[in-house]
This record gives sequence, C-alpha cells and structure tokens, in this order.
Amino acid sequence: MTITVDQLRPAGGPLPLTVEQLRDIAGSVPDPEIPVLTLHDLGILRGVQITADGTVDVTLTPTYTGCPATAVIAADVETALLAAGVDRMKVRTVLSPAWTTDWMSTEGHRKLREYGIAPPGACQPPSNGPRPIGLRLSARCPRCGSSRTKEISRFGSTPCKSLWSCLACAEPFDSFKAI
Amino acid sequence: MTSPPVSGTNTASEPPVDQTALALYVLGLGDDALILAQRLGEWITRAPQIEEDIALGNIALDLLGQARTLLSYAGDIEGGGRDEDDLAFLRDEREFHNVQLVEIGNGDFAVTMARQLIFSAYQYELYSALLTSTDQTLSALAAKAVKEVDYHRDHAAQWVLRLGDGTPESHDRMQAGLDRVWPYVEEIFDSTDVVTALPGIAAEPAALRPVWAGYVENVIAEATLTLPTPKWRSRGGRTGYHSENLGHLLPEMQNLHRSHPGATW
Repeated sequence: MTITVDQLRPAGGPLPLTVEQLRDIAGSVPDPEIPVLTLHDLGILRGVQITADGTVDVTLTPTYTGCPATAVIAADVETALLAAGVDRMKVRTVLSPAWTTDWMSTEGHRKLREYGIAPPGACQPPSNGPRPIGLRLSARCPRCGSSRTKEISRFGSTPCKSLWSCLACAEPFDSFKAI
Repeated sequence: MTSPPVSGTNTASEPPVDQTALALYVLGLGDDALILAQRLGEWITRAPQIEEDIALGNIALDLLGQARTLLSYAGDIEGGGRDEDDLAFLRDEREFHNVQLVEIGNGDFAVTMARQLIFSAYQYELYSALLTSTDQTLSALAAKAVKEVDYHRDHAAQWVLRLGDGTPESHDRMQAGLDRVWPYVEEIFDSTDVVTALPGIAAEPAALRPVWAGYVENVIAEATLTLPTPKWRSRGGRTGYHSENLGHLLPEMQNLHRSHPGATW
C-alpha cells in the first residue's frame, strides 16, 4: 500500500511529501561519474515507496554488477532525501530486472550527446552461437555528428563506456555501450 | 511510472533445497570470478597498450562485481555470519572452490587471451542457463552478468583472431597460449555432487559444452589455429584441490585484509 507522509507524521514534523515528490527528489540526484545525467535519465531508479511505518523505501539497480559508483549513488540518494526532511529511509540495490541502456530517457540521450558522449544505440539481444566477427553500427561523433567513426577499445574509462575516434573531425570520444 | 517487480533475494523455496550444496555451488561460481578478477588485475600497468590495460581492468571489475554478489549470497546461505570479505580474504587455499583454469599464471598476453576466451565463452553459456534457474538470486545475477560477459567473450575472440591470423610470430604465440591453457578445459565441464544435488537450480556443466565448443572452435578455426590435444588434464578445483598457482595468488590478494583486520576504504 502506498500512502503519503503527511498522513503519518504529526504536525510540526518533517515536510509532508508525496511519493511523486520523493521520486522527483531521488530521481534528480546526478550520476557521480556523468553528472549531466540524473538517476531518472539513466533509468536506474526502480521504485520509491512509503511503507506502512513511514519508511521511505528506494530501490536502485546497478548499471554493471561491479560499478563502483553504485555505493556512491545510494549514499547521494540518502543525502538528498535527508535534506528534504526524510528521517526514515531504506535505499536498496536490486539486480532484477537487469538494467538496460534502453531504459535511458530521450532527455538522457540528448544530455549525453551535448556532454560529448555518444548515447547508446538500441540494445541487441545477447548474441547466440558462433559469432567470431560481430557486425555493429558505428557510434555517431557527438561533436561533429559524423558516422565515420572507429572503435578504439570496447572498454573505456568506466565500465559503461567504450572508446571511439572520429575519422571526420579526428577527435576521440566516449560512447555509452548498449547493454 | 509503474514500478516493475523488484526482486533479488530468495525468500522462500517450496521444495526443500539442499542448503549446503547451494552454498558450495554459489561459492564455486563466486571463486571462479574472484580469482580471475585478481589475475586480470595483475595486468594493470603492464598490458601491451593503454586501451588493453583499461579493458582488462574493466573485465576484472565486472568479474569482481559478480564475485561480490555470489560470495555475499553464499555467506547468507551458510548462515554462519561470514560476509563477502570474510570469504574472500579469510579462507585458505583448500577452502577455495574455483576451477584451476582461473588460477594459472597470466603468462604472456596470448596465454591470458586464450584463458579468457575459454572462460568467458563458458561463463556466457553458464549465465544463459542460469537465467531459468529456480533460484531467484542466481537468475537475477545471470540476467545482469550475461550481458557483461558477452563483451568479455567478444573481446577475447577479437584478440585470438587478430593474433592467430596475424604474423607468424603472433600465430605461434597464440597457438602456444592455447596449448598452455587447454589441459584445464575438461575440469570446467566436470559434473559434481553439488550440481547433481541442485536440480533446477544449478546448471549442469556438461550440458553447456556443445554450444561452448561450437563458439570456441569456430573462433580457433577462423584464427587459423589448431585445437590442442593435451596429454593431461586438471581436476579437483571444485573440491579444493589446486595447483601451486593459487598458493602464490592468495597472499597477495589477502595480505592487506589479514594485516589490518576489518580495514575499509
């Protein structure tokens, strides 16, 4: 059951906030690695609920199982909720359903491009069977827009990015991996 | 926004599950990931090029993330209060349940890529099979990890192709790399009592082999390399019997935690 804080807390207590407001607060926390993106843009905020005893229950999902930012993100959400007057909360990380870059918002794609990172393409289902040489679309250069680009390395500065180089404007750039 | 169902913990299981077997199974998968993460981490600052340094570090990080989930879960199932750190840093050699493939030394880059091709292709089939495990934690982790491992497998395959079908020197060294690691292949697909005790939960290793072989043999043929025919095979890692390599790896991995018990960053 989802109820609002103002039904529970006595007058003079913390600011009454609705689930929608709490979701906005948690969702607007920036990603520590790519600060132009919010958790909402990334699609990693999976749920915000208020439990029967008034605890705010937030569920997040990691981008990668080993992503070091996961703990920082959880702490940032707690800090944001505390600042908004929430005194009882539980921030949990769940693996299922597994995060996919398809959950990233259109707004997130635009922000990434403006920040100089090529947004992820549509996710392919995991490959099956023999596939020694994969065929994939090139990432478009976020600076000049050319699709004449070359992948330098499948793995970049963070688990979620790969390293590319633009053959048109000769600039290197990061691309968010479709996963 | 409607929230999709969230899960990640195994709350109640209707048919009785052999908890001892489950803990051992999860520990084995976690140890595979942990030990290989440690081995790959040894390449950092030593890889042939900066991009590869980053790539191997990234693959190690993915594996470490999987290991943390698995070891934490194994500790929960045991119910003895051991957490991921206790399991990673306070066990001795005979208590590790990884296959021997992941503990062998890195060798040159070709040996590391041969090992990575074999292991990532295996792990890809393993996690694909665990997607339908009746254990919710395992299936949740598998859904996440299979996508990461797809990248690892592809990375290794690209290198094996490039080196095998490269210069005579790179071809010979890639072949030597395959020859070095192939004696450790059989062990990965050995069935164990633990797997047999967990129908519907664990993935039968032998059943993963045909698809694994299809993928790996295709890469090897495409790379103009020869499938090795080793004269011996490893065995026993899952029951705690290891090569001397693990004995050298553990002190380095565990030193800090054992010197400063409870240390945190």
